[in-house]
Amino acid sequence: MIQLDVTLYPQEIDPAGKRDPQAISTADYQKLIRDALDDLFPDVTDRRERRELMALLSPGATDLLRAKVMADPSLIGQRVIIDVPFSDDLDQLAKGRIDAESETATRRVTDKQIEWFQRLEQRGLVRQAFNTTLFTAGDSRSPELAGIWGSLVGTFWTMLITMAIAFPLAIGAAIYLEEFAPKNRWTAMIEVNINNLAAVPSIVFGLLGLAVFLNFFGLPRSAPLVGGLVLALMTLPIIIIASRAALKAVPPSIREAALGVGASQVQTVFHHVVPLAMPGMLTGAILGMAHALGETAPLLMIGMVAFIVDIPGGPLDPATVMPVQIYLWADAPERAFVERSSAAIVILLGFLILMNLIAVMLRKRFERKW
Amino acid sequence: MQLLILVLTLIVLSVIGFYLGRSRAVATSAGRTGHCIRSPGYYGWYVALWCALPALLVFVGWLAFEPEILRAILIDSLPQSARELPPERLSLLLNDVRSLASGNVLSRAADPELQAAAERYIGTLRISRWALFAAVLALAIGGLLWARSRVAPRFRARNRVEQVITVFLIASSIVAILTTVGIVLSLVFEAARFFVRVPLGDFLFGLQWSPQMALRSDQVGAAGAFGAVPLFVGTLLIAFIAMCVAMPVGLLSAIYMAEYAHPKFRAVAKPLLEILAGIPTVVYGFFAALTVAPFFRNTGAELGLSISSESALAAGVVMGIMIIPFVSSLSDDVITAVPQSMREGSYGLGATQSETIRRVIIPAALPGIIGGFLLAISRAIGETMIVVMAAGLAANLTANPFEAVTTVTVQIATLLVGDQEFDSPKTLAAFALGLVLFCVTLVLNIIALRIVTKYREQYE
Amino acid sequence: MAMIQEQTLAVRSERVTMSSNDLAKFKTDKVCVFYGVKQALKDVRLDIFQNQVTALIGPSGCGKSTYLRCLNRMNDTITDCRVEGSFLLDGDDIYSKDMDPVHLRARVGMVFQKPNPFPKSIFENVSYGPRIHGLARDKHELETIVQTSLEKAGLWKEVNDRLHQPGTGLSGGQQQRLCIARAIAVQPEVILMDEPCSALDPIATARIEELIDELRQNYTIVIVTHSMQQAARVSQRTGFFHLGNLVETGATEQIFTNPVDQRTQDYITGRFG
Repeated sequence: MIQLDVTLYPQEIDPAGKRDPQAISTADYQKLIRDALDDLFPDVTDRRERRELMALLSPGATDLLRAKVMADPSLIGQRVIIDVPFSDDLDQLAKGRIDAESETATRRVTDKQIEWFQRLEQRGLVRQAFNTTLFTAGDSRSPELAGIWGSLVGTFWTMLITMAIAFPLAIGAAIYLEEFAPKNRWTAMIEVNINNLAAVPSIVFGLLGLAVFLNFFGLPRSAPLVGGLVLALMTLPIIIIASRAALKAVPPSIREAALGVGASQVQTVFHHVVPLAMPGMLTGAILGMAHALGETAPLLMIGMVAFIVDIPGGPLDPATVMPVQIYLWADAPERAFVERSSAAIVILLGFLILMNLIAVMLRKRFERKW
Repeated sequence: MQLLILVLTLIVLSVIGFYLGRSRAVATSAGRTGHCIRSPGYYGWYVALWCALPALLVFVGWLAFEPEILRAILIDSLPQSARELPPERLSLLLNDVRSLASGNVLSRAADPELQAAAERYIGTLRISRWALFAAVLALAIGGLLWARSRVAPRFRARNRVEQVITVFLIASSIVAILTTVGIVLSLVFEAARFFVRVPLGDFLFGLQWSPQMALRSDQVGAAGAFGAVPLFVGTLLIAFIAMCVAMPVGLLSAIYMAEYAHPKFRAVAKPLLEILAGIPTVVYGFFAALTVAPFFRNTGAELGLSISSESALAAGVVMGIMIIPFVSSLSDDVITAVPQSMREGSYGLGATQSETIRRVIIPAALPGIIGGFLLAISRAIGETMIVVMAAGLAANLTANPFEAVTTVTVQIATLLVGDQEFDSPKTLAAFALGLVLFCVTLVLNIIALRIVTKYREQYE
Repeated sequence: MAMIQEQTLAVRSERVTMSSNDLAKFKTDKVCVFYGVKQALKDVRLDIFQNQVTALIGPSGCGKSTYLRCLNRMNDTITDCRVEGSFLLDGDDIYSKDMDPVHLRARVGMVFQKPNPFPKSIFENVSYGPRIHGLARDKHELETIVQTSLEKAGLWKEVNDRLHQPGTGLSGGQQQRLCIARAIAVQPEVILMDEPCSALDPIATARIEELIDELRQNYTIVIVTHSMQQAARVSQRTGFFHLGNLVETGATEQIFTNPVDQRTQDYITGRFG
């Protein structure tokens, strides 16, 4: 971060003096920032050098300034102090990732920029701040402006769809197979089928989603709806297997007791067996969801890998999810993205460990010896 | 918004139906006791279901077919010149009309003809929505009244309601079947389209893989080559390296956990292993690409070996680490399933613990362990993210773990990421690869599951 | 001569049943049950009389439990179990298409070998049946049903201060009486008991046996038991099963003092078990 002292000249921002928001938002803030930089380095006059000077700052600096002015038009005409992020290369320099002593040609910052940076440092204008942008912004081409909020929201929608579809279907299937299905070749086939489905590589589910949901049904690409559907089909067998185990653990004496007082089979199952098996089913569902949360490969197939800046507003908007965002950032050439993806991994792992802990605790809490 | 109101109305009607059915059941049974009317609630549910289900079916069906019909009407209403446009242009035009109708700003200025079309579109849409509204409401009310008239003491509402529940349960389990059918059909159909262009023999036995199709026919290497052998070799190489890491470590840790570890250690280590198994593969991929691969490259450079920065070794080793918890927990289950009596029998003959494990437990558990290994191999073959991030794209036909190789999954992912038209051999090749992948893992899984089930039955 | 006497005796006893209140509640005939290809019951004919305790005895695997479970169609839940023959409950065929097995089980309640209360509160255990059958119109009626059922089962005094604690927290004997209360709460006509005391200690067993005797006033009871002493103590009629056949049936006293069949003789004198 750099502290900039920007004078908000009224004639630049709002020549008409009407404080019209439209006019304020289209004003040339870049010029204001350039002026502020010029004030700091009056000795830089050459055009090329001035461009290099401007490259010290993140391209998001103008947006920051605009947002500040838009929020409080009374600032116009005053001098404000604003914290502006450095560009990612300078950021790496500040963190010591770029060696100032190394060959000029092999590093991404010029000698001049290093010199300017050191001068700024001497004047005490450089400080380190917690990167809040990471949690509030969508994706961006510039690492210092990129955030995971967009992918978090995308993850939320995707998981919502996955859960809404996979949980009822899986529990319904598990109940049918365990409690109602006659033991014949047909149900044996369903059983073998589900066991195999649980072991099918996840990328194959991506191919299924691409061929069926996108091409056949014509659903939108990159949408959490499709991602959720694919992940739901993928987690379905996992939850079914866990739920069946939970149902199997309910002793038959409970079923006999309910049938013996004249409950029908449906009543027996829904009043007694399912409530007793519910903790086990929930554990299975949480583990299935954790699996879906970390899944990347099938989502690549259905276009959730696109570069998306906007925060998705619903399940039909293009979106990406956390693991895909990590993949994208890990593949990006800018060194600073590595730090972003590491941060995103920490957040993702935090969610996963939390889910796993809940599952383990559920199991411990409701473990029952019959 | 309109639709939301409709759904809400439907819900309200069903609730009313529930109370009407219940109160009627109570009323008709008044004065009688005991076994005539058992639980009036079921009569309520019966009426509510009759009210909601048919109406809901019509509702969903209508919404599913509405766009197609509207589109046809819209095209009919367009001027002759527009109707003769090529399909892409036509659909672009239709999109414009639709977005104009929903009040969005267009990229280009709207000409009056477009404006008129949009208004007609709005008109038909409104008619359609009102018709839908009327149909759904009529069905709901009709269903409600009809079901209510059937409520009588002799009538068994519970059985009907339970039938509906059972049908829902059966439908849920059929989804699993449909998923498999969907996978097989989509893979087979797309792969078939691919094999029309590229012969099956060339695909399975060809030694050259360069799926780039030239954009212009005069470009160099226009044809592209689809010989998948380098991919198969690369996949097997990486899976082999992974199993070399995972098998011994996983098996030994399972033996320790099952036979030697203190129960307290087990209670902590088991959940930890589960969490380890739950780490997303993209994290392993990150680890492989940014930590392990450079480490191998630098170590190799110091030893005078040239190790590619996208070596099969790095991807394979990290994949092996990923599979360790999987192998370990499967083997652990199998080893703990060996009956205690066998251990006691061995101890009774004076065998030491390690002798017991080597001579008795491992042989007894062997089928189960092998089944677990097969499942692990199938996972290694199907794993995508680690290899996408850490292995290369170059299809080298080599068995040298220090070189970059590519795998089936990497190719599927790279061929299908990004926008592309759906009938180029390049995209279809991904489906052919997917079919191979599916078949191989399926066979492995079936064999493994059969072995494991046999093994379980033996000790149950 | 002896034959004729026996027959007249039988006729007279038949007349006695008709005249008094010992009406045949259940009439079963030609009952055959198969598990897959294995035949578990062979051509059993047995009548069960109202307001009497009928005990079914016999060595393990003789089919007595199977027969009992036919009476309320609990065997329906076992796959590949096939039941043949006629079962008339008050003249209605319970295996006919019109008969809802659920409805039937409300009329013919059941108590199982191992006490199996629902893992819910005592109140919920007893009130579950009346609730699903809509026997109570409001909460007060439900409470009355729970109280009278628990009273009839002789459990009210012991649990009235902890109705909302889990039923699984009771002792084995109390749990079994809770199960009996649960069966009574549905107001059945017949109660089937499948070795209800085999998991209990002698004191709890004595308590249950007393209870069975009291319940006889209002219900028809069929009890399967391993213990001949128990059969002798609680029942008025006894049927002896052996290898899927109903060997002998008659008044309990007669079976235990003067059995007709040699196999019955051998069994009750403990020659095989």
